[in-house]
Amino acid sequence: MTTRTGATITADPTLPIIHITRDFAASPEQLFRAHTDPELFARWVGPDGTDTKIEHWDAANGGSFRYGGVSGGQEYRFRGCFHEVRTDRIVQTFTWEGMPDDVALETLTFEDLGGGRTRLRAQSLCNSFEARDAWLSSGMESGVNDGYAKLDAMLAGGGR
Amino acid sequence: MADQLSRIFAAIADPTRRDILARLAVGDATVGQLAEPYRMSVQAVSKHLKVLEEAGLVTRGRDAQRRPVHLEAAVFDLMTSWIERYRKQAEQRYRRLDAVLAEMNETDRHHDTDEETAS
Repeated sequence: MTTRTGATITADPTLPIIHITRDFAASPEQLFRAHTDPELFARWVGPDGTDTKIEHWDAANGGSFRYGGVSGGQEYRFRGCFHEVRTDRIVQTFTWEGMPDDVALETLTFEDLGGGRTRLRAQSLCNSFEARDAWLSSGMESGVNDGYAKLDAMLAGGGR
Repeated sequence: MADQLSRIFAAIADPTRRDILARLAVGDATVGQLAEPYRMSVQAVSKHLKVLEEAGLVTRGRDAQRRPVHLEAAVFDLMTSWIERYRKQAEQRYRRLDAVLAEMNETDRHHDTDEETAS
């Protein structure tokens, strides 16, 4: 029943921004609730196999959040502030506590597409290209530094 | 190195350069061959190639006459694989969200039917 268009990701070349777009078989109101109700949020924020624990949650203008989980034997904690919480739009800051100086500004919008479908647009403005690229490469098991080392080696090899 | 990655992102942001990369994926080509399909001077195409070269995405052959352009596929693949991994993680997260929303749909629908039967 649910359509599987898949998430699209773009890394802006001129600003340290990541854009994600994804359509859902739900109303904007339901998508909003899934982002603001801590019990619902903890069920999907993941990653897979991670038990997310919400330690603090106040999804209101000027409120804040903190949650954590264990993934691959390592503990992760994230926190941020809800700047604006509206049924069609959430603006918040987001930090991984492992790199507390890197704070992203996230804007989420829920656009009604009609026919029970809603488009989520998530924009993350990072505070540097380095931080943005670290997020983008965070999916690599080897981590960002190993990733850069690998790229270094490849570029060195390419510069015949 | 982060600068290098930013250069790669900047290099592939341009549609002409993306097209050049796609054509080089098939095989090496000279600047003249690359310029052919575009209403663009060889100089303009050379400028695009310089951006791609600085990003490490292409290299130029030694042959003084032809200097064929070669796609550094490994560099290109590494960059796209980073984004693809990130995309897959996001997609996994949103599939879990799909499941949560489907359940919410069920609950909300039951509420609606209850209300309808009640009225």
